Amino acid sequence: MANDRLLLDIQDLSIHYEVEDGTVRAVEGLDLRLGYGETLGFVGETGAGKTTTALGIMRLVPSPPGRVVKGEIIFEGEDLLKKSEAEMRSVRGGKIAMIFQDPMTSLNPVITVDRQIAEMVALHQDVNEKEALERAVEMLALVGIRPERAKDYPHQFSGGMKQRVVIAIALACDPALLIADEPTTALDVTIQAQVLELMKDLKRKLKTSMIMITHDLGIVAETCDKVAIMYAGRVVEYAEKRHLFLNPVHPYTQGLFNSLPDLDEDQEELKTIPGLMPDPTNLPSGCPFHPRCGHAGPQCATESPAMVEVEPGHLVACPVRGRKGDKP
Amino acid sequence: MQTATTATTATKKRRKEMGEVIHRIGRSPMAVAGLVILAVIFFLAIFADVIAPVHYAKQNLMHAFEPPSAQFWLGTDEFGRDILSRIIYGARISLMVGFISVGIAMCVGGVLGAVAGYYGGRTDNLIMRAMDILLSIPSILLAIAIAASLGPGLFNLMIAVGIAAIPQYARIVRGSVLSIRGQEFVEAARAVGSSDARIIFKHILPNCMAPIIVQGTLGVATAILVAAGLSFIGLGTQPPIPEWGAMLSGGRSYIRDYPYMTLFPGIAIMLTILALNFVGDGLRDALDPKLKR
Repeated sequence: MANDRLLLDIQDLSIHYEVEDGTVRAVEGLDLRLGYGETLGFVGETGAGKTTTALGIMRLVPSPPGRVVKGEIIFEGEDLLKKSEAEMRSVRGGKIAMIFQDPMTSLNPVITVDRQIAEMVALHQDVNEKEALERAVEMLALVGIRPERAKDYPHQFSGGMKQRVVIAIALACDPALLIADEPTTALDVTIQAQVLELMKDLKRKLKTSMIMITHDLGIVAETCDKVAIMYAGRVVEYAEKRHLFLNPVHPYTQGLFNSLPDLDEDQEELKTIPGLMPDPTNLPSGCPFHPRCGHAGPQCATESPAMVEVEPGHLVACPVRGRKGDKP
Repeated sequence: MQTATTATTATKKRRKEMGEVIHRIGRSPMAVAGLVILAVIFFLAIFADVIAPVHYAKQNLMHAFEPPSAQFWLGTDEFGRDILSRIIYGARISLMVGFISVGIAMCVGGVLGAVAGYYGGRTDNLIMRAMDILLSIPSILLAIAIAASLGPGLFNLMIAVGIAAIPQYARIVRGSVLSIRGQEFVEAARAVGSSDARIIFKHILPNCMAPIIVQGTLGVATAILVAAGLSFIGLGTQPPIPEWGAMLSGGRSYIRDYPYMTLFPGIAIMLTILALNFVGDGLRDALDPKLKR
């Protein structure tokens, strides 16, 4: 069911980790779509399966213990899961690039930054070393690093600068899709704002699609077009950013928004969603959120919720609130 | 103009880092002493043809068994060969055996260790258990067995000593690779489409050089010692090649009457190994980031 208008179309993806205590169902029946040039915010708590999904798209799920159990990842009309390892190597970096969480450790400490960018270029483009290094300096300039710093080692840069280098590496081969896994978590707020601004700017310039993995709704509001809310390995709500922020439908999404502190109110304590993330080796039956859900009915414990379109482009997986025709 | 300044600042910075390591070595008097002794031995080895008073195989039966004198500084052996000249030429052999056999051990052990550490699982188990078997045999015994089966000779000596040292390097490299493998930049390298071989050789191994260099320096000393031992029991170099261990062995029968025949090659071995150990210790301290300042 390939769709030409979509850059990425993930269907019914399940990724399990088989460990001693049982099977961790990190991603379970996940559906996700991303159009050309769009930015998708991928929101969820720690352990919801965001990073596993990203690694799954890159086919980098550590195996063993990880295993893609079923599903399809259609990227530019081709199923990535059917590609050979050699074909995947040219996809990685060339067509899909990834930015990791911690810039402090995602650069090789013993190689100068220009060489690290050049390596990426040389792997995917037919250029000689000199051209690759020139391209590296161009990329550094693009992310706002002066050419005289090109021969420096990573430890000579600050955290924000390192993340700029990481972004330069990721974008060096003009990928169609950029996956940013919490790119600003390790940075302080002012640097966060700079890096986000830079990413938005470059995305516009290079017309790259982006998946922004985060648990910060503020970052989503700032950068994304669409949002997917993830809970216990599946997407529970998927919508345009405006729709999602104006009327969140899924009780979990509402809980997330409620837990944001209010500027005008004098709050002693933050509001929370009662309960904890379910144990991924032993997910509740039916809707995985039902034990924590204030709206749960008897059907929630038995019926595995399907995605239902509550308004155009706004999909919700909730048996109670997400019925067709129900106006939220 | 711009690029010129870029290049100079970069080289300056790199020089500064190298300088820091050298500076830290310089603060350890033992390491400096070791380096000086090693430099002298290297100098002697390289310019042996010019420095040595006579050729190492030149026999002069008129002057056999002469004690140290103005003409023969360290005396002569049973064929009247100048011991000083033989020791100077012997430096060549010993250093060559030391470095080449360590080179063999490092390359083979390094690759085995890197593969074991990187892939883990069954590959790791297979390689490391094989290494354990090799380690369970005393290395000198293993070298003797290999040298005996290959036959005596300089080249076989280096192979024997090298093979016997492989497990040590495999273990060290595997340990370092394990500690580097989990780091994010390795995953990042995979995410840009690098192949496994590229990741191992370009990203992981350069990050574990410090312990390998230290072990290598100390390993040269051990290799020289093992080689001398093998030559001593007749499995190493063949006469008239002046290997220090072979010289010890040659002087053994005369040790009661002419002790200098064994004393001087022994001192040469001791000094070289002492110097290498000093340098190895100094390097370990200089390369250990925890000991900075």
